[in-house]
Amino acid sequence: MTGRRVAVTGVGLISPLGVGNDDNWRSLCAGKSGIGPITRFDASAMTTRIAGEVRDFDATRWVPKKEVRQMDLFIQYAVAAAAMAVEDAKLGPPDDPERFGVYVGAGLGGLPVLEATHDSLREKGPRHGISPYFVPAIIVNLAPGQISIRHNYRGPNMSHVSACSTGAHSIGEAFHLIARGGADVMIAGGTEATVSPLCIGGFASMRALSTRNDEPTKASRPFTKSRDGFVLSEGCGLVVLEAWERAKARGARIYAEIVGYAATSDAHHITAPSPDGEGAQRCMRLALRDAGLPPESVGYINAHGTSTSADATETSAIKAVFGAHARKLAVSSTKSMHGHLLGATGGLEAAICALALHHEVLPPTINLDDPDPECDLDYVPHEARKVAVDVVLSNSFGFGGTNACLALKRVG
Amino acid sequence: MTTSDIEKQVIEIVREQLDVKPEDCTLDKIFTDDLGADSLAIVELVLAFEEHFEIKIPDEEVENIKTVGDAVNYIRARRKA
Repeated sequence: MTGRRVAVTGVGLISPLGVGNDDNWRSLCAGKSGIGPITRFDASAMTTRIAGEVRDFDATRWVPKKEVRQMDLFIQYAVAAAAMAVEDAKLGPPDDPERFGVYVGAGLGGLPVLEATHDSLREKGPRHGISPYFVPAIIVNLAPGQISIRHNYRGPNMSHVSACSTGAHSIGEAFHLIARGGADVMIAGGTEATVSPLCIGGFASMRALSTRNDEPTKASRPFTKSRDGFVLSEGCGLVVLEAWERAKARGARIYAEIVGYAATSDAHHITAPSPDGEGAQRCMRLALRDAGLPPESVGYINAHGTSTSADATETSAIKAVFGAHARKLAVSSTKSMHGHLLGATGGLEAAICALALHHEVLPPTINLDDPDPECDLDYVPHEARKVAVDVVLSNSFGFGGTNACLALKRVG
Repeated sequence: MTTSDIEKQVIEIVREQLDVKPEDCTLDKIFTDDLGADSLAIVELVLAFEEHFEIKIPDEEVENIKTVGDAVNYIRARRKA
């Protein structure tokens, strides 16, 4: 991308690994799993009874009590994570609000409130069964909307929706917006909270979810022979992106520079990736071209790695793009720990990439006990690795054959 | 149900719905200007009154219910009728 440089100056993280940045980073470095039995609803009739639920989240820390019920959980997470990200970046109130914007998306949006409201509609009828807050509680772009109201950000405000690549597309689009001068500061990423009967049941119906119900912490096992589907999680991953010169001028701590982004489509199938991950290959190549960097500069890839058959496709795509260098770089799937946060996952993983560059630690792929012969790269098995790399990629792929790739670079 | 019962219950509903302190929830308070209710909160409040007191409050009459006292008076009259 030619244009202004863009810094990552803050992150706001909520996941099954914790509420807050420190808890998340500690768990990632320690190789902890956040997966457990479903407690949000009675899942006894489901084939999958495990998920990555966020624990100990009290929305009233960030939102007045009466406003909590105006938001489904995914919006509460977004408002809380945005407050964390702004504080982490030490931004303070915007000096020029029209130059501050919010791109935060969700893959699915407010399913839990939708399901509950549908039940109460059938029970009580339309007048008393549907809250006047129903629509603003469930629609996706109320996540960035609520954030803008709370922080007085008056610039671009919208949600990009692309299933499991939502968070990555949001950050990529915000990066390009700042680079071409459309804003100076953006809160960007994804949020999701759909540990609900319809959502678990829907993905289970596709046979997409792991059914390793007896061993929840072992269930998300990307790149292994015994992987049997992804583990659905929830949470929010946001970053503060800021025009480089502005961040420098105010003496901000810069986690990383975001240097490249690309979006491609497989144009192949509603859920399956194209053979050899052609769309993913093109996406990684174009992100590197956007960054003006050769493949050999990349030291780490945070893989999409969902613990499904697509892990082998992603592996072959990486090999096709990087050739001999594929054997030298490190790849990990942090979904082995936090599970698959759907629309939020790309935001969380991009933030993890920024922290990995900053702290010079690569988070591991846990549960890699029995590597699939088709998955034969260095996946940073079991334990985090202390190493400084210069350039990292974050891959995110979504149903509909949509792909996003972000390139981040170490500061200094 | 006596007027004072209705008053107590209305105040309880208003406090719960609008999250206001007991001392702020007096009969003279205007839902919008004094208690921070927006148009959606008013709708929610009316529906809560309807459910609790088993009455129906037509939309065109809602605009006459501006204060906590208006609500008490309206509900008392409807319950008698």
